[in-house]
Amino acid sequence: MTIEINNLYKKFGKNQVLKGVDLNIGKGHIYAVLGPNGSGKTTLIKSILGMVIPDKGDISILEKSIKKDWRYRKQINYLPQIANFPPNIKVKELLHMIKDLRNSPSEEETLIALFGLEPFLSKKLSTLSGGTKQKVNIVLTFMFDSPLIILDEPTTGLDPKALICLKGLILNEKAKGKTILITSHIMQFVEEMADEVLYLLEGEIYFKGTIGQLMEQTGQHDFEHAIAALTTTESHAENS
Amino acid sequence: MRTDTQHNAFMLVCILLVLTQTVMAKTWTVCTSCEHSSIKGTIERAEAHDTLLVQKGTYREYEILVDKPLYIKGIGYPIVDGEKKGEIFQVRSDHVTLDGLFIINVGVSYTKDNAAIRVIQSKDFLIQNMVLEQLFFGIYLEKSSHGKVYHNRIIGEAVDEYNSGNGIQLWYSSDIEVRKNHVQGTRDGIYLEFSDQITITGNTSMDNLRYGLHFMFSNHDVYTHNTFENNGAGVAVMFSKFITMKNNTFRKNWGTAAYGMLLKEINDAEISNNTFEENTIGINIEGSNRIDYTDNDFIGNGWAIRVIGACYTNTFKGNNFLYNSFDISYNSKLNDNIFESNYWSSYTGYDLDRNGIGDVPYRPVKLFSYVVNRTPETIVLLRSLFMDIIDFSERVSPVFTPDNLQDAQPLMKIRP
Amino acid sequence: MLKILKYSFYDLIRSRWSYVYFLFYLTLGFVLLFLNNDVSKAVITLMNVIIVLIPLIGTIFGVMYYYNSREFTELLLAQPIKRSSIFMGQYFGVAGSLTLSLVLGLGIPFVLYGLLRSNAIFDFSLLLVTGAFLTFIFVGLSFVIAISNENKIKGFGYAVLLWLFLAVVYDGLFLMSLIVFEEYPLDTFSLVATMLNPIDLSRILILLKLDISALLGYTGAIFKKFFGTDLGFLVSMAVLFLWTVLPILGLRHKAKRKDF
Repeated sequence: MTIEINNLYKKFGKNQVLKGVDLNIGKGHIYAVLGPNGSGKTTLIKSILGMVIPDKGDISILEKSIKKDWRYRKQINYLPQIANFPPNIKVKELLHMIKDLRNSPSEEETLIALFGLEPFLSKKLSTLSGGTKQKVNIVLTFMFDSPLIILDEPTTGLDPKALICLKGLILNEKAKGKTILITSHIMQFVEEMADEVLYLLEGEIYFKGTIGQLMEQTGQHDFEHAIAALTTTESHAENS
Repeated sequence: MRTDTQHNAFMLVCILLVLTQTVMAKTWTVCTSCEHSSIKGTIERAEAHDTLLVQKGTYREYEILVDKPLYIKGIGYPIVDGEKKGEIFQVRSDHVTLDGLFIINVGVSYTKDNAAIRVIQSKDFLIQNMVLEQLFFGIYLEKSSHGKVYHNRIIGEAVDEYNSGNGIQLWYSSDIEVRKNHVQGTRDGIYLEFSDQITITGNTSMDNLRYGLHFMFSNHDVYTHNTFENNGAGVAVMFSKFITMKNNTFRKNWGTAAYGMLLKEINDAEISNNTFEENTIGINIEGSNRIDYTDNDFIGNGWAIRVIGACYTNTFKGNNFLYNSFDISYNSKLNDNIFESNYWSSYTGYDLDRNGIGDVPYRPVKLFSYVVNRTPETIVLLRSLFMDIIDFSERVSPVFTPDNLQDAQPLMKIRP
Repeated sequence: MLKILKYSFYDLIRSRWSYVYFLFYLTLGFVLLFLNNDVSKAVITLMNVIIVLIPLIGTIFGVMYYYNSREFTELLLAQPIKRSSIFMGQYFGVAGSLTLSLVLGLGIPFVLYGLLRSNAIFDFSLLLVTGAFLTFIFVGLSFVIAISNENKIKGFGYAVLLWLFLAVVYDGLFLMSLIVFEEYPLDTFSLVATMLNPIDLSRILILLKLDISALLGYTGAIFKKFFGTDLGFLVSMAVLFLWTVLPILGLRHKAKRKDF
């Protein structure tokens, strides 16, 4: 198992966000984490990354508990939702800095070429447009070779060409046998990329399964409608 | 003028002394291995106006009575050791000169004020070039006049006030010149009680337990060009009239009750061209009237001037107030004193007409000084932002401090 | 941690605000020295500035930096780096660059003026050391406040309130208690109350070198005995150091438990 989550609880103030999440994620698939606003998607991802500290429950990454550990994050590439970088440093300095911090081999050159970032390398991050920042963000995420990749809204601000490049990258990583977790509001993108869907509702895993299983369960023929229908039907997640 | 005539008279006396000596006086040589081996014995044998030359050596003698006009001179600083048995020299005659002796070990007593040299009811004496150590009282002038105490060195080792004496003491004496002496480590460096027309010039008085210079009930005295440093409480002038204080330096008198100068019940005095530097309080004034403070420098004192109790018609003019924590402190709301044309380093006004005088009056009394007068411990808040804000508001609209206390013509440039 | 420190530091010394801060001190130093021509007076004026401004600037800078780099912090949190290292690195980066601006900004005019030949060198270095301590203390306190408050405006408000309290209100309360309890011996109380506020402590430390006549002259025995000696000086420095360490420990503690 790449990720193993047992009985995870998390409360922010009075708001119980995660109510006993149990989850097993295997190797080499693309998982889409979906759910309405406030369902606990981000909290779940941040718990996996160690940014949120759970009240109760265990998380294991690659068969190792992450409690009071930080080295496991070397096995994760994370693309944050809003990329707000230090404004006064240049793109190449940021790349250099992250490489320096992670201290692992990287292959940023091909990625830079892929997204056409060469002209921006010597520019300060504060001068870049949102889309360019997102491209830098993607380069930072994919330049390392890690078994687990987590992408939070990866399509934000991307032009169609860059979007195609991104899809290619994701599929390429999947082909290398990596586990990929994606959250996105673009259902078309999810339908295209995801092997399995995790649907969170009110702090619990409401549905887990392939897109086919989802259609079958909800009796819909359209992915977007199937998702919408999930919230109205009574059935619970079944492990596949 | 008075000092000049005094000086001339003195010169005359000296010349006369020399003349009489050369004409008819005999010279006695005293040394430890000579025929005359004791000072006391030789004095008994000598006639009036004779000269005693005391050769180098140690003379263990005390209670040496000089009862006739004599010139006693030490050659190469002979030591007169009183062995702590009592007083050492006692002068009871006019025209006595003591010169160049090294006197040590005066007897300490709790009932008698033993001195290294006591002059009683005598005139025209001269005490010069003496070195006094291990003493109780140093030079004690009692009901004497027209004498001179010149260029002596008095080094005490006083620790407690109750068993130490004063360096130079004048009691009911008059017309005496105290000049170029160095006094340290005694109780009061120089002490005057009921003594008038005294001139104190060019002395250094330092590290004394109590006061460097102390006046009590003494009038018409002048002290100039003296240095008073690191004394327990500084210089005290009390219950006296017509004292002239000029060109003196008061430095580093630190402590809970330490002043550069303490004035108590002083009237009609003149204080000018003095320097008060790094004292806890530059001048502490209590019940003193009609005093002119002109052209003095107050530099880096805690309080430059602290006024306690009723003080009327004093004038402060042309003084420099530089970097004192407090320039002036008052403990009442009344002010009858004049501040005019002084330079204040903390003045922040402007001079648009460029006449060298600030266009806005300066208020030298801070509210904080008023607070500190009331509760001394609050001094720990010195220079805190809170106190600055409070002081500022008080300066804008005075509530606690006298509102007519201001220098309407503050100088823009420091008086040279 | 050193890597984060390095990057935060580089980031900051390239920012506009560091230059403004640096130029402010540079101008201040030059104006004081070359318009006054008196090193001792310049040192006194500088003390007033340092006691008031350094804590304020440290506080505001600390809070601003923390909130501005929040997203970047999140980026770092997902990297294989220890949590406390991230915050320690940022903290030392901010405090370090502010201290550098202070030391260079004031140091250059003073050295040009010929400080090294004047006897104010000790006063001056004490001024800088105290300034550095105050920077570290107040950046630390502002980081603790910022990390405890998600809401930017709230955090900013609390930080400025804290500064206001320590710089002004505290002394007002201090003064009031001294006056109310003037019948009692207040030496120990004054001593403790001074120690409990880093601004007061720094002020007293500097004052002892400048206004020693007023301060030593008028306070009671314990206070004098304490601050007048080398031991008192060392203890004061130790307390300042403690004041520096406490917010750092608080920051580590908070960082360990915080959710992002």
